[in-house]
Amino acid sequence: MAIVIDGFVYASWIFVVALGLTLIFGVMKILNVAHGAFYSFGAYGAASLIGLYSQTGLPVAGEFVIILLSSAVIGLVLGYALERVLLRPMYGHDEVVLVLVSYAAFLMMEDVLRLIWGSDAYFAYQPFVAVGFVEIGELIVSNYDLMLVGFAITLGGAGWWLLNHSRFGHILTAVIHDREMATSFGVNVVKVFLITFILGAILGALGGAVTAPKVSVTPGMGVEVIVLAFAVVAIGGMGSITGAMIGALMVGLARAAAVHLLPEVELFAIYVVMAGVLVLRPEGLFTRVQARKI
Amino acid sequence: MMTSDRTIPTITIVAALALVLGFVLPEWVLFLSNVAIGKALVVLGLLLLWRCGVVPFGQALFFAGGGYGVGLLGHYYGITDIFILTIVAAAVGGGLSALAGFLLARYRGIFFTMLSMAFSMILYGVLVKTEALGSTDGIGLKRITVLGWQPEEQFELAMYIYAVLLGMICAVLMHVYLQSVPGRLSEPIRGNEVRVEYMGMSVQRLMHINLIIAGIFAGLGGAVTAFSVGHIDPEMAYWTTSGGFVFITILAGTGSVLAPFLGAVIFEVIRTLAFSYVPDYWQIILGGALLLSIFFLPGGLWSLIAMAKGGKKNGLNY
Repeated sequence: MAIVIDGFVYASWIFVVALGLTLIFGVMKILNVAHGAFYSFGAYGAASLIGLYSQTGLPVAGEFVIILLSSAVIGLVLGYALERVLLRPMYGHDEVVLVLVSYAAFLMMEDVLRLIWGSDAYFAYQPFVAVGFVEIGELIVSNYDLMLVGFAITLGGAGWWLLNHSRFGHILTAVIHDREMATSFGVNVVKVFLITFILGAILGALGGAVTAPKVSVTPGMGVEVIVLAFAVVAIGGMGSITGAMIGALMVGLARAAAVHLLPEVELFAIYVVMAGVLVLRPEGLFTRVQARKI
Repeated sequence: MMTSDRTIPTITIVAALALVLGFVLPEWVLFLSNVAIGKALVVLGLLLLWRCGVVPFGQALFFAGGGYGVGLLGHYYGITDIFILTIVAAAVGGGLSALAGFLLARYRGIFFTMLSMAFSMILYGVLVKTEALGSTDGIGLKRITVLGWQPEEQFELAMYIYAVLLGMICAVLMHVYLQSVPGRLSEPIRGNEVRVEYMGMSVQRLMHINLIIAGIFAGLGGAVTAFSVGHIDPEMAYWTTSGGFVFITILAGTGSVLAPFLGAVIFEVIRTLAFSYVPDYWQIILGGALLLSIFFLPGGLWSLIAMAKGGKKNGLNY
């Protein structure tokens, strides 16, 4: 039971981060290493703003608004800047070159982060404490964690709806399937890319922001999360929302099971799952069959 | 083309100069050079893989494998002879990459990059959690001996001479391999695998062999690094270490087997200077250097040298 709950909480957290990554990859074919930096910026932004807000004595509900708003702003600014300045000139280059560009951006943003916030840890536990705890059977579970699960499910549902039932979603699907054909039908692919990248950046920042109340926000937190999110995305199939959800659940449960049953293999377990899936299905569990282009 | 190939004499001259310089350079420069040569050996392998069109973000796996091979042998069996340790490190790197290669050789592009990263993170996870392997603290090395002789005061110099000689041998071997039939057939893999198959070469087997070669070089790099640093820790297997190797490959370019050495030295210089003068900005500087070379020097620093020599007339146009 504890494994299941822990697994779901962990899965929800990593799903929020991985969703942005998989969106960017699916549409733009960029494996965005800088996503880890979006994550840490989101966490720092939320943590410092919550810290300021809590001193004013206003109601706690405002802190949740801060989490959402701050990540939206951070994602918008960083995503826009990165796409326009660094990525746009490199479209059409090899996928691997784009990975390296985003890797360079990641290195630089990590330092910018340190310049803005210093290297001390930030704490923003107020929302986490404020919502209290609930007993499920013999377990005491934080309400914040349960909200996180709900939030992840909502986000996943919203993403699914957006992709399958909205106009923007149809355009995205067209771009994913065949970029050139979409262009010839009048889709402004450059604009679609920009919007996608910003959305992905916002999701990355959001992942960091919702985590901020649960942990101490420290430099280097993005380095760890990026490989985890990669694992999730690779398991699920790059560019698939359902895949990211299943991938997150597999990683979450694998980690929770490892932590409870055999703590020595915690990190190990996640990557074994990933390597196992990649061996059996190199393109991940949920990937559309791609027609061969000549 | 072979007649105008002056690579091997150039390597010999560079190595000889490096050896002479070794006697006048201060100890900390020698130490940095050793670390740089350790990295350059790994990058030498990456150069081969880069030509096949794949970029591993997990070469740290074999690098750490070599380093840990050296550390554990000394720690548990008291073996400190530099030659035995070197051979063991190469064997560990080669063995690990032979295993991983069964899977990796089937992948290209982004999947190759991610799978190799996953493998190195598995090793990282194991190293961090296993007490017998030193856990997060790693393991301190015993003093290295050379055929029973223990260099005391001149330790850094001795390691430097060894590293330079090893680097020279590896560069020559890699150069010879790149000129051989399998070496020359590696590059078309990037462009058109079907053609390579039609020429009678199994692409998957060739990839596997190249992975093993790169793994052996990475293992050697790990050994050289471990000798000089005197300590090994799980950080050697972390994905950021692999990122550093890829960084050097891009910075240096893949035009010559000497490029990795140039790249690694420049990388270490940038890193050391940035780290000691502007510790808060050193990643900005590294990232900036990487971006600059991707945007403005797609062929890496080596392309500057090649251009200065007059285009393709340098005999290095593999």
